[in-house]
Amino acid sequence: MRVFVLIAMLFSVFGITAAQETTAIDTDWTCPAGFEGQQLNVFNWATYIGDSTVSDFELLCGVTVEYNVYDSDDMVITLMRQGNPGYDVAFPTDYIVDILRSEGLLAEIDLANIPNIANIGEQYLNQPFDPENKHSVPYVWGTTGIGYDIDAVGYEITDWVQLFECECRVAWLDSPRAMFSIALTILGYDPNSESPSEIAAARDYLIENSSNVVAIAADDGDSLLAQGEIDIAIEYGGDVGQQIVDCACENLKYVVPNLGGIIDYTSIILLGDGPNPALAQVWMDYILEPEIQASITNTILYPTPNVVAIEEGLIDAEFQNSSAVTLSDEVASNTFFITKVSSEAEQYYTDAWDEVKILTGL
Amino acid sequence: MGNRIMSRNVVTDTTFSQPQPMRPGMVVRNVGKVGLVIAPIFSYFFLWAPILLLVIFSFNDSRGVDTWRGFTLRWYQNIFAGTMGGEARFSTELMVNALGNTLIVGLISTAIATVIGTMVALSLARSNLPGKKILDNIMYLPVVIPEITQAVSLAIFFNLVFDFVDNSTGVRGTPGFATIIIGHVAFNISYVAIVVRARLANMNPRLEEAANDLGANTWQTFIRITLPLILPGIVAGSLLALTLSMDDLVITFFNSGIGTTTLPVFVYGLIKTSVTPEVNALSTLMLIFSTVIVGFSLYLQNRSSERPHTRS
Repeated sequence: MRVFVLIAMLFSVFGITAAQETTAIDTDWTCPAGFEGQQLNVFNWATYIGDSTVSDFELLCGVTVEYNVYDSDDMVITLMRQGNPGYDVAFPTDYIVDILRSEGLLAEIDLANIPNIANIGEQYLNQPFDPENKHSVPYVWGTTGIGYDIDAVGYEITDWVQLFECECRVAWLDSPRAMFSIALTILGYDPNSESPSEIAAARDYLIENSSNVVAIAADDGDSLLAQGEIDIAIEYGGDVGQQIVDCACENLKYVVPNLGGIIDYTSIILLGDGPNPALAQVWMDYILEPEIQASITNTILYPTPNVVAIEEGLIDAEFQNSSAVTLSDEVASNTFFITKVSSEAEQYYTDAWDEVKILTGL
Repeated sequence: MGNRIMSRNVVTDTTFSQPQPMRPGMVVRNVGKVGLVIAPIFSYFFLWAPILLLVIFSFNDSRGVDTWRGFTLRWYQNIFAGTMGGEARFSTELMVNALGNTLIVGLISTAIATVIGTMVALSLARSNLPGKKILDNIMYLPVVIPEITQAVSLAIFFNLVFDFVDNSTGVRGTPGFATIIIGHVAFNISYVAIVVRARLANMNPRLEEAANDLGANTWQTFIRITLPLILPGIVAGSLLALTLSMDDLVITFFNSGIGTTTLPVFVYGLIKTSVTPEVNALSTLMLIFSTVIVGFSLYLQNRSSERPHTRS
């Protein structure tokens, strides 16, 4: 046991790095006065931030940032429903913002405190999940599309239909809402349909077109693709993007289909009953600074909504010009969000997805 | 009936085999022999192959943990930044802090649960309380009820306590290390008590009576006789408790507060981006340390059981 304590001490020594003199990221951003010695409690995924984002903020404002980790957006909802244990900001997906907002679990942002909101592109603001950005500011965005091995498939893919018709090995994504929205789009229905008959039709479409499916991947379709186990995967853009960077190969491609690409936003939200809402808004303004938001995107490889950062060329060019990030106007105008649906509809989706899995034997 | 006894002999009694003409029993015996060899090989393979892969992939020169892209030591360098060179990345710092939190929670809750669990086991074994049978069975409840039920009930319980204290004193408590540790102690008591209980059941009560006869008082009997005899049970129980505490995700998460991110929560939190081989590297280091500790405790136990006055 003594050995354990010794190890714990050793690790905590390593954990403390020498105090920095200058920020790691060169930035003009200055912290409003009067926050010295205060604390901000950030709630986020484990590595969903830039390498020096936290330490630079601590240095610029003279504050302490307590960075806490969660492992699913639903956990944020669960904890907030119990009563905020003391977090100021969190980083959930769009429809989670909607749920928290409609349940009154978020505090209101005064956009006058966040001048850097001007750096965000118009198209990323005032989204249906938070119409006036009263509770959230955009952090990163992402897409769900098709990752594929062009050597194995033999031609370029531009549509969801090709994935179902192709004579190759396909992996679906184990996400009922994403999979049904694809089938609903192909059938010409609303991708966020709440109609039982439309959901049933989508279910039948998936079952009838499942002959080329070899796996329903939880979140590892990208690695199956990289290992050559499959030729096409329905996957998150960020995951496929990382594999492409990692293997530095020409054959792996990622595409957002012409019709019905799925888009998602991660926002920074101001949690209700947080201990320090003023500093939380300073933090939001800091994140939206072009250099800072660019450094985050360059680390986590999720596209940025910060158009100023893009214009100033702060994003790694190779990433910014990849197909996961640069969407043509046509593709972009045909993307949609997966939105909150009624709990009955949620149940239809879950049940129908179970039927698909059972009948396809995957 | 006779058949069953015979086939049991085949498996257990290997010294009995003599050259005999081929009988149906021989076939069973041979299958049994082969099975005896194969079963442990497969068991050990399934036990150790994933762990071996984990260790191998901690040297993977890639951001992913599933595709091998060459050998590197950089994940270990990240962890030992400062002593091995290389700079500490934010995620590394976070991970190492999370490990520190896990160890704090694990060690404290194990220490408390071991003491309380042992006391409970002793009192249940020795006392003649009315309803002892029921108490005995309730002990197994935390072992069998789902973790999520326990987590939510604890969270509600703490909220009620905070409300009560808030109403009576005006001070509002917040969840943190204390609530996590209490939660872990709550389920670990059962595990320790059950293991110690089993050890106590095997103990010869006459040894304690003999000590009393020879003039030892109750305290001396406990320290010199009972404690050394049940010590392997206590050690086993506390190691089990430590492991469960370090593994726990659900109870920890529901009762956590500011600055209490533990390693399991951190690793699950990596899902959004990707689990890097850095986690493998840390796991490998933990594996080495825990192997050393378990080896050390086995050595101590062996040494003590060689002494004449203890029974293993």
